[in-house]
Amino acid sequence: MTRLLFDNVTKSFGATRALRGVSFEAKPGSVHAIVGENGAGKSTLMNILAGAVKPDSGTITVDGAPHTPKDPQQARDAGVAMVHQELSLCTHLTVAENIVLGVEPSRFGVLNRRAIQETAQKALAEVLPQTPGGDDSGGITPGAKVSDLPPSARQLVEIARAISHPACRVLVLDEPTSSLTSHDAARLFQVIHKLRDKGLTILYISHFLEEVMAIADRYTVFRDGVTVASGNVADTSVNDLVEKMAGRRGEEVFPPRTKRSPGEEVVHIEHLAGKVRPVDVSLSLRRGEIVGLFGLVGAGRTEFFRALFGLDPIKNGSIKVGSFLGPASPSTRLSQGVGLLSEDRAAEGVALSLSISDNIVMSALRRLSKWGFFLPKTHELEASRWVERLSIKTSDATLPVSSLSGGNQQKAAIARLLCRDVDIFLLDEPTRGIDITSKTQIYKLLIDLAAKGKAVLVISSYLPELLGICDRIAVMSRGTLGPLHEVGGLREEDLLREALGA
Amino acid sequence: MNALRALAKKPWFGPLLALIVVYLLFLMWTPDTFARPITLITMARQTVVVGTAAVGMTLVILLGGIDLSVGSLVALTTVITARLLQNGMSAASAAMVGIFAATAIGAINGGLIVGLRVTPFLITLGTMSILRGAAKGLADEQKIDAPTRGLEMLMTTGPNRSWMIVPPGVWTTLLLAGIFAAVLHFTVFGKHAKAVGSNERTARLAGIQVGRIKVYTYAIAGFLAGIAGIFELSTLTVGDPTDSIGLELSVIASVVIGGGSLAGGQGSIVGALLGALLMTVIRTGSTQVGLPNWVQEILTGAIIIVATGIDSARQRKPA
Repeated sequence: MTRLLFDNVTKSFGATRALRGVSFEAKPGSVHAIVGENGAGKSTLMNILAGAVKPDSGTITVDGAPHTPKDPQQARDAGVAMVHQELSLCTHLTVAENIVLGVEPSRFGVLNRRAIQETAQKALAEVLPQTPGGDDSGGITPGAKVSDLPPSARQLVEIARAISHPACRVLVLDEPTSSLTSHDAARLFQVIHKLRDKGLTILYISHFLEEVMAIADRYTVFRDGVTVASGNVADTSVNDLVEKMAGRRGEEVFPPRTKRSPGEEVVHIEHLAGKVRPVDVSLSLRRGEIVGLFGLVGAGRTEFFRALFGLDPIKNGSIKVGSFLGPASPSTRLSQGVGLLSEDRAAEGVALSLSISDNIVMSALRRLSKWGFFLPKTHELEASRWVERLSIKTSDATLPVSSLSGGNQQKAAIARLLCRDVDIFLLDEPTRGIDITSKTQIYKLLIDLAAKGKAVLVISSYLPELLGICDRIAVMSRGTLGPLHEVGGLREEDLLREALGA
Repeated sequence: MNALRALAKKPWFGPLLALIVVYLLFLMWTPDTFARPITLITMARQTVVVGTAAVGMTLVILLGGIDLSVGSLVALTTVITARLLQNGMSAASAAMVGIFAATAIGAINGGLIVGLRVTPFLITLGTMSILRGAAKGLADEQKIDAPTRGLEMLMTTGPNRSWMIVPPGVWTTLLLAGIFAAVLHFTVFGKHAKAVGSNERTARLAGIQVGRIKVYTYAIAGFLAGIAGIFELSTLTVGDPTDSIGLELSVIASVVIGGGSLAGGQGSIVGALLGALLMTVIRTGSTQVGLPNWVQEILTGAIIIVATGIDSARQRKPA
């Protein structure tokens, strides 16, 4: 029996062939994982299912009926609902208002408040654990304002909204855990299993293969717009999936370790505290080493970087950068040789509407000008040097940075730090949401930087990555940074346990 | 062919095309008056005040801001300068003080926006009213009839200066436009302003001193509004506290017709000047062919909507 069937679906955008032949089937009552690198065609597949894009050829059927929606509403009516990576709730409205958004029960245009309440209540019951007393609801009540809820709760509301439609048969989740802590992720998995057991088909799109192994029943691998493999999760392994995704073995992702010898101390922090987070951070960073910061989402790692870089106020503690003591603004930090790469690439890391060139030289304009004047050509020359050095894939550095793929945008953001010639790199989730090729290049770059005597401090929520490239790792938990551990002999389980505070 | 395509990509290409089309339209309608040099010179002269203020507004809008106080500031400048002339100051000194005061007021606009962290719309809505009130108070709520001491020469060519073709005020506007277009393209300040308008968070992260850039930009806008005020005084030959009401809307419209985006990060000084000129041509042309005032207003409004609509469609078109 088949719930959802893709038969040789293709789609081209101009000269780009996004989907070159997608065929797979998903059964009712199963979690079906879709994995693949960025650009493999997963988002095009989503857009086709949601009705935002029409396929060029091939057929899609839902329970045997052809699925050809013109917009998301028609897709929902046909039983296919999406939960997007960037949550799309209206934060000023209440939970109940969001759940019924677009399908408000009404009579002659007047809202039926009781029906709204009932629909919301029913949908929420599906996604909240049935503990008597309802302690684990996390504040999700129909009347709660969405802006008062944490991201994990918002996600559950979004799922509730998706399944509140009576026709809902296929639920598509796009990177649902990317902003969740592991506790919240575990709760989400319970909800997913509950929905599966009710007979829903769940398409689960994720970069986290360990997660796929844990939650999915079946998988389909996308590579370059083609479905290259499908099968039972029980019969595969993470390494096997990586191999299918990339067409090569997983271990090659991390460049070989070279012996590094750390030099003088360049950053010394004692008992740093911000307004809410961090609570207590002490850390010493030396030239020529890569130090990793692990922790759950919300532990305060990003806030620590922002306080250190002068973006957020400091409540307590001391920071010493080189010979400079005390707090400083971002522009002063840059002149002290500190550079920060933001975790939020689209909103902060790059200015999307500016050109690649403008983004790269943005921090180095003083160096590239005289008396405040410059020739645009010098910028483009300087930028094209970095485009080449970091193999940023573009034909023209004067194009807007938004024309690049995620991984290449990230490389442009890193190029800005290199162009400014900073000595101390604060990198916040440098490889989040980017393809494996770009990841490998970034790892290699970080190792080169350390070899050249730069100091690198990197935040990551992906342990294999930290263990693969760092010299020392510290774990942040509830705003407090633990001691630094040498990487040799360090196990993932130990770090995870420390992060969970167990 | 490639050069043509490159030209078509320029933000001011649309307004230039619109200007040519509208001009030709009126030329066909009234060939004998619309082609006369005097009509052209008059239109250039009538564009000077809006045009100069639009150069400043382009910078503000590029920065992601807005300045609603520009009309009040122009009126206040005419009043300050007229008062000084009345008290016997020379034309040059009075104009200089007027422009300096406008620059300082612009800087205060910027300072309030940065210091209070309130959106530019609200701050300048407030200063729009404050400056208007200040102008009326300073002028005792009436026009100041002061000796212009040669200031009126800015807006005329006079009998023995016909070699100038257009009045010095027009040349000054073009010069200022050229200078600030160069500031945008060739200076660190211009680049920083564009970066702030494009994404303020990224700019801060990249070490740009966002607050300082904002104060500078609003100060420049004030400086240019001050110069526009001197041009206005030179045209009116009186200091008028109730002058230029609603000017800010024409100025903003010029910038937007010229390819500026109220979301920030986009704006063209050449485009803004063309936008200002386009509105003058519509006004003059309508008068020449005998269209009533209300038709002119509808036409101008329609042009704003059509221009921004076309621009938006062009942006959405995939590359």
